[in-house]
Amino acid sequence: MSFTSYEFIAFLAAIFLLYYLIPKRFRWMLLLAGSTLFYAWAGVEFLLYIFFTALTTWGAGLWIGSINRRRRERFDAEKATMDREAKKAYKAATKRKTRWIFLACLLINLGILAVIKYSDFVIQNINDIFDANNAFMNFAVPLGISYYTFKSMGYLIDINRGKYEPQKNPAKFALFVSFFPQVIQGPISRYDYLSQTLFEGHDFNSTKVKKGFVRVLWGFCKKLVIADRLVPIVKTLAKGSDQYQGAFVLLLIFLYAIQLYADFTGGIDIAIGIGEMLGIKSEENFITPYYSKNINEYWTRWHITMGSWFKDYIFYPISVSKWMLKLSKNAREKLGKGVGKRIPVYLANIIVWFATGLWHGAAWTFIVWGMLNCVVTVASYEMEPLYGRFHNRFKWSNTAVYNVWQMIRTFWIMGAIRILDVYRDVPVSFSQVGSIFTTGGYGRLFSGELFTLGISAADFVVVLLGIAAMLWVSIVFYRNGNKKRFRDYLMEKPFAVQGLVMAGLLIIVLIFGAYGIGYDANAFIYNQF
Amino acid sequence: MPKYINDIIEGRLIEEYYDNAGGNDVIFVSDCECYENISPIKMYEEYGITSYIRGSSQQLIWQSYYLLEETLRYDTPKVVVFNVLSMKYNEPQNEAYKRMTLDGMRWSSSKWNSIKASMTDEEDMITYLFPLLRYHSRWSELTVEDFEYLFKTKKSFHQGYLMRVDVRPVTDYPTVVPLADYSFGDNAWYYLNKITALCKEKGIPLVLMKAPSVSPVWYDEWDSQIVEYARENDLFYINFLDLLDEVGINWDTDTYDNGLHLNLSGAEKLSVYFGKILQDRYGLADHRSEPETAEKWQGYIDFYNEMRDDQYRELEEYGYLKSYGGRKPE
Repeated sequence: MSFTSYEFIAFLAAIFLLYYLIPKRFRWMLLLAGSTLFYAWAGVEFLLYIFFTALTTWGAGLWIGSINRRRRERFDAEKATMDREAKKAYKAATKRKTRWIFLACLLINLGILAVIKYSDFVIQNINDIFDANNAFMNFAVPLGISYYTFKSMGYLIDINRGKYEPQKNPAKFALFVSFFPQVIQGPISRYDYLSQTLFEGHDFNSTKVKKGFVRVLWGFCKKLVIADRLVPIVKTLAKGSDQYQGAFVLLLIFLYAIQLYADFTGGIDIAIGIGEMLGIKSEENFITPYYSKNINEYWTRWHITMGSWFKDYIFYPISVSKWMLKLSKNAREKLGKGVGKRIPVYLANIIVWFATGLWHGAAWTFIVWGMLNCVVTVASYEMEPLYGRFHNRFKWSNTAVYNVWQMIRTFWIMGAIRILDVYRDVPVSFSQVGSIFTTGGYGRLFSGELFTLGISAADFVVVLLGIAAMLWVSIVFYRNGNKKRFRDYLMEKPFAVQGLVMAGLLIIVLIFGAYGIGYDANAFIYNQF
Repeated sequence: MPKYINDIIEGRLIEEYYDNAGGNDVIFVSDCECYENISPIKMYEEYGITSYIRGSSQQLIWQSYYLLEETLRYDTPKVVVFNVLSMKYNEPQNEAYKRMTLDGMRWSSSKWNSIKASMTDEEDMITYLFPLLRYHSRWSELTVEDFEYLFKTKKSFHQGYLMRVDVRPVTDYPTVVPLADYSFGDNAWYYLNKITALCKEKGIPLVLMKAPSVSPVWYDEWDSQIVEYARENDLFYINFLDLLDEVGINWDTDTYDNGLHLNLSGAEKLSVYFGKILQDRYGLADHRSEPETAEKWQGYIDFYNEMRDDQYRELEEYGYLKSYGGRKPE
């Protein structure tokens, strides 16, 4: 059931009405039933996967939690009698036990993800290298497997770290894992954040409902009016790499940046907006990412919940792991302080970006995409002192105009790297980006060919107006320090104004949305990850 | 939704019925072989028979059934005539044609069922409930006509008859391509049976007809299946392809599109011929002597004559039917 299907609209309306009609204590159960139905819509058999992950993670979490609790209770009870050595030995014994439970659960669930998502990729590479002809597994990939696996494993790691107490109710945990607005494309919520508002029934709060509704409508606008309208031209340019080079590649980088932003943030707006309408708070996944002045900043503003997941659960644990610290120490001794300091950072970066690339898809394009991000991240880290001197020397480099230049630069660098996702072919992507510097094509582009690429002049007008609207909304947000959104201002206006905005957005979606027969049915781009 | 005012005007055929519903002794249901080939006005002028054609472009047999079911809520005809060409279609066809039949119907269980029977996998019922969801992409194609006829419409038909006075004679006869299988589909038979059963249930004689046309080809193998069906069900079947001389059809003067459909001249000839058969066979009343009916129908006749004269005027002035869907000569 896609967010943009009629079935989903009907489903959502039913959930919303029922949620506020039934007693509060049953509301989380309704959400679980709804999430199960939503998930089963993609295939009843897929429920096995998601509920297996939910059940094993819940069981492991509970087990680890109970071992840790018993240890604490024993320490408290035998504070006076237990000596330091006995305490240490008991702690080590329980840690060993929890580690095994933790690792077993982690490996089983990441193993399922790896086998289902990556086995064909591995087979393909083996076949290519050894000129073999091994048959592919062709597993049907369960809906949102990367998202719910990461959500669950984040919880397991937190429990293992003793960050919070495990959830005792398996049904409530299943709801956390399968919560329908988030299961397709995130955000990858943390248990301690989402659980604060997920399980309790909420009073009907008209302001929250209105704000959520406006956000949902705005999400549909971005997805259907802008992102999906650009699909034909992006496809034409991507498929015609021989024909469309130079200026056309620049155009493609720009259009895909807009399409992906509108598509992904649109989907997230719908997901978060639905939660808001039900009184459930989700983490933000985007904070004006295209206003980032460098790649590091970009990755703190784009797909935030994924970035923070990798940072908290992979980057930091690797950086401070015993073997990494040992490696760093050895490197400092043998290669000097500068190199020694860099080794854990670089190594952790390489691992994280490799994993991030792989998480996005089982293909070399994604791995190369991840590695390019790594290279730019490291390069920008290396150039920090140089930039520091540059900014000290040239005061104009601290002005707003220069800031805008940095944003534009970051936008294009990220766009050029992202092109791998469009061409889905590493050599083609590199040669196409190279053609920007070697091939012209501007004359062709502006002599009418622009309107023969799949969308009409009228479509371009709609896209440009859509971009202007997105720009305006994000400027409103950015200018007040990313604190107050357009919706917050709208809630301060009279109800008539709010109603007009909602009706306007609805009409825009209904009329200008690229949906129905005649348009390609486009799943959200991030669904596939 | 498209307004179908000056272009593809047959898109309004179905909705126009509701203005003239009731008091019709003969109901024709079917595709263009009815609404372009029979003139109810001529039939009335000649015999006083009141009739209406519930026709639409490429009307499929299940649509005919549900249209008939709906029509029988408004009218109590003495005879129902069904043109059998649509028996060749067993599955939903072109969406645009389908929409022309379905969008114009008033909401009822018949419309709902007709939509359900006509929908393809890629369609959603909600787009029929809210046509905006289907036609929203027309925003970039809107013309003055769309705004001019936003809240009004234009009368264009004569008891469901689409008038064309222009002539485009038959020049070639289509090649008869043999088919692998001449059997009509199960779905087509199912709905023909339903039409027959509905008429029997209501006590209304059902007449099967095949209109005269050069193309599309009406195979003998198809015809014999209909003959057999009519015999088995005690129905009257008349194939006008066998009666071209008796009707007086001349393919040099009586068609406006090389033999696909009849023009006004041909339709009037067919109506005169068929009207007599219907009146003789079913004892249809002559309503011309009833003041109320006569007054109402005189209005229809006046409109009919006005349009005929206007079409001749356009032909003379422009060389083609500029406002009536004609094609400019190349």
